[in-house]
This record gives sequence, C-alpha cells and structure tokens, in this order.
Amino acid sequence: MSAIEARALRKSYGSIEAVRGVDISIEQGETVALLGPNGAGKSTTIDMLLGLAEPDGGTVSVLGGSPSAAIDAGWIGAMLQTGALIRDLSVGELVAMVASLYPDPLDVHETLELTGLAEVAAQRTQKLSGGQTQRVRFAVALVSNPKLLVLDEPTVAMDVEGRHSFWATMREQAARGRTILFATHYLEEADAYADRAVLMAHGLVVADGPTTEIKAMVGSRTIRATLPGADLDALGRLPGVSGVERRGEAVVLACADSDRAIRELLAAYPDARDIEIAAAGLEEAFLQLTGDTGAQVEGMLL
Amino acid sequence: MSSALSYTRYELLRTVRNRRFFVLSLGFPLVLFFLIAGPQRNVHDLDHSGISAPMYFMVGMVAFGTMSSMLSCGARIATERAVGWNRQLRISPLSTRSYFRAKVLTAYLMALLTMVVLYASGASLGVSMSARDWLEMTLLILACLVPFAALGIAIGHMLTPESVGPAMGGGVALLAFLGGTWFPIPSHGFLYDIGQLLPSYWLVQASHIALGGHPLGAKAWVVIVAWTVVLAAVARRAYRRDTGRV
Repeated sequence: MSAIEARALRKSYGSIEAVRGVDISIEQGETVALLGPNGAGKSTTIDMLLGLAEPDGGTVSVLGGSPSAAIDAGWIGAMLQTGALIRDLSVGELVAMVASLYPDPLDVHETLELTGLAEVAAQRTQKLSGGQTQRVRFAVALVSNPKLLVLDEPTVAMDVEGRHSFWATMREQAARGRTILFATHYLEEADAYADRAVLMAHGLVVADGPTTEIKAMVGSRTIRATLPGADLDALGRLPGVSGVERRGEAVVLACADSDRAIRELLAAYPDARDIEIAAAGLEEAFLQLTGDTGAQVEGMLL
Repeated sequence: MSSALSYTRYELLRTVRNRRFFVLSLGFPLVLFFLIAGPQRNVHDLDHSGISAPMYFMVGMVAFGTMSSMLSCGARIATERAVGWNRQLRISPLSTRSYFRAKVLTAYLMALLTMVVLYASGASLGVSMSARDWLEMTLLILACLVPFAALGIAIGHMLTPESVGPAMGGGVALLAFLGGTWFPIPSHGFLYDIGQLLPSYWLVQASHIALGGHPLGAKAWVVIVAWTVVLAAVARRAYRRDTGRV
C-alpha cells in the first residue's frame, strides 16, 4: 500500500490553473521533497492530498483510502504553510490539546524535548519568536505520532541553528519509518534531506527522481556580465552556454558548464566586465528545464 | 478523557484567560443595566405592562449580554481561521460535531455567567421571584439563544476578524433594539410587527414570567425554531465551504 497515490490532479481558482494534472506516488517510509518556486502549485497539491481542497479532477489515495479516512484514523500529521498559533494557551498546553485529539499520540513531554521546546513549555503561545512558533507548529504535527508527516515549507522563519536542529529531528523521524513529504523552494534542503524530489513548475510535475539526478539537472550556474551591444545569438553559440538573456546593458548566460563558458566568453569578449558567476536559483533552472523565456515564466508565476 | 471533552476544556481555559474579552463581555451589560434601571428602580409598572423596571431591564440586559456571548463565539472562530488554526483542526481526527459542541458549550457557559451576574444585580435593585420562576425564565432564555449559537458559528466561518467586530456590534445592537432591550416595544405598530419575527424579541419577553403563567406561546416557538433551522443550515454551509487558506 502506497503512502500517497495521486493521479491527474487538477485544481483551478477562478481563471488561474494552480495545478494542471499532477501525478505523485510515494511509498511508505520514503522521504520526498516537493520542490519548486513560489506559485508552482505545491501548496495547492498538498491541500488536495490532505483533503483541504477538493480536486477539480483526478484522484487521491492516502494510505489506501481517502484523505479524510486517513485523517479520521489519526495517521496524518501536518505543518501547513500559513499558520500562526491560537493564543491564551501555553506551549505545553497547546501540544497536549492536540495530542488529546489523536488515538495514539506521542508523549507530550518527549515531543517538547525533541522539538527543543522544553524550556518554553510554560510560555504563552502569543509570546514566542517566529522561529519558536515554527517549532511549536512542528511539535503539533509530530505529537500526533503520524504515519505520514506532511510539511509545507517548514523552515521558513527559522534561523540557521533552528533549521539545523529541525532537520536533525526530521532525519530521526524518517529513520523511525515515518513517511515524510515536505515542500520547499530550497534545492539544498531537498538534496540534503530527501530520498527523492518531485519538481513542480507552473502546476505541473516537470521532473521526479532521486535528488542527485534532480540536482544535476537544475544545479547549473549563471554568468552575468556587462557587455553593451553584444550579439545574443553569438553568445548563445558559445560552448557551455545553454541560454541567453539581455537585461539592460548586461547579459545573463545560463550555463550547463560554467567553467568552459567563462573561458570562451573572455576569449571572445575581452571587454566584458562586472562579471558574476552564481549558482542558478530554481527559477533559472526551470528556464532550462521547461524551455520558457523569463517573461513567460514570470507571467505564469504571478 | 475523550478528545471532545478535552478540546472543550482547553476552549474554556482560553476564553477565561482572555481577560479583556472576559471583563468587557461581563462588565458592559452590567454597567448598562445600572445606568438604565438604576434611576427607575422604583417604577413598579413600566409602561403599564405590570412589570417593574428593574425586572424588565434585567432581562433586557441579559438578552443583550447573552446575545453578545453567543456571537462572540463567532469572533473567536474568525480569529482562529485567520491564523490558520481552523485548517490545522480539520486535519486532526476531531469530528465536526465535537468541534461545534465545544464552541456552543463555551458560548453557553459565558452566557450563563452573564445571566448570573445580571440576576444578582437585578436582585440588588429589588427583583424577586420564586425559585421556580427564576429557573423557568433561565430555561426560556437558554432556549431562545439556540438560533444565536448557530448565527455565531455562521458569521465566524464567513467573516474576517476585521469585519466580524462591526458586524457583531451592529447586529447585536439592532437585534437588541428591535427586541425591546432598551425600552418596551409598544404592543402595536411597525416595531411590534418586526419585533415579533425576531428571536431577540422573545428573549426579552421572558421577563413576562413576572406576570405569572408561561410567557412564550406557540408563535414564539415557531419564530425561534424557524430561525434555528435557517441559521443552522447557513452555519453548516459556511463551515463546509471554509477549508481554504484565508
């Protein structure tokens, strides 16, 4: 029995097609990253997997049944993207309240220890920092002792140390056999913590495979240089360059092999200046994967 | 402890801990009662109704205060939705029924507290009745509040925290005015015709227990049941539709 089996999921909000036919299949015990830039349809997909949004088309099965059956059984713990905490309870009380809703919860104290909240257990939820709030939301998801843990951009608002301990806890939980699905727009997070990444853009799955493959696919670099009056077509033909774009006086080269491209660029255009080489963000990577121009992608992300 | 019970307990804890809400919702009807009924404490036959002014306005303020208690349940729901907590609860095994039950029970306990405080204030201005009449009046008021429980849940799932304040304040004031909370509605004319169709009117009419007999007739129960049925349907629909990100 799969943890998640989604087929041809579609969902529109008004005239905006947020998800346009998504297939996702996750086995029990897997840790899978749902990777993509903002607006790719990750949160809408997660909402459908959790039964919070009704798909316009397609089917979802979670642990062999409907999402609501899995929820009623207490098998799903989730940390949703938007979310603060209700006020006027202490951290400990809030986690205990959530625990009381589930048939087989983890020990509350143990959960607070695991999530680094033992010291603020007596504090009221409205007095917490952003990072602490995120950790409480994680504790709320975890205390249910779920078979499937779903986390939508869990490390937003966490500082570096917070992220580090968060992922350490996640690893432990994965090792205990929980199935974990997390959405992120950080390639590094997907690479470091997931077995597999499902890459989404424009409401579609554009790649699905082991994170090493995905990383190779999207882990390219860009070269940016000030080069007035350069011929874009000629630049595009340089070895190692896979795409070109003009931004005012500057040109941006998407590179499959940036080491080779920079040598060729300097040989052909010795007067190029203000040169920057950067790891491509996901947005740039999607340009290559999907073959869209920047303007098109931007338009679709809006 | 069952999950529904435990959830209700935490709900109550949160309500009592919200000091400003707690003090204001109890204090406001109390102050109004003494302002209105205090100067008329010796009026024993208000507008030839046969009811004393303290008795009439005690029930009037109970109506006002308990309506607010029931609708403030909606304000709390709206706040929870705004922070995404509603969605978090929906992915827990807490049943819809238990969720509603906890919300309504909390609202009712706040309403009961309002009633007790106002009863004591009424007694201090000379209201006295047999224990049996106090009890019957209390039960009548609790029954008349059922449609307001549904209304609270409905507005909670339809409005934002920003709009729920004015909607509640205005709604309660209007219902209280038309129900005869601030002054007895003359027994003929436009206000009377409208009032009779509102549950708040019958809420205030519970004060007629002081005249003996049973103050609410068939007409009252038809109005209350009709409002309850309609508002419960609206609340159910609002809750079902309300799964999206707010």
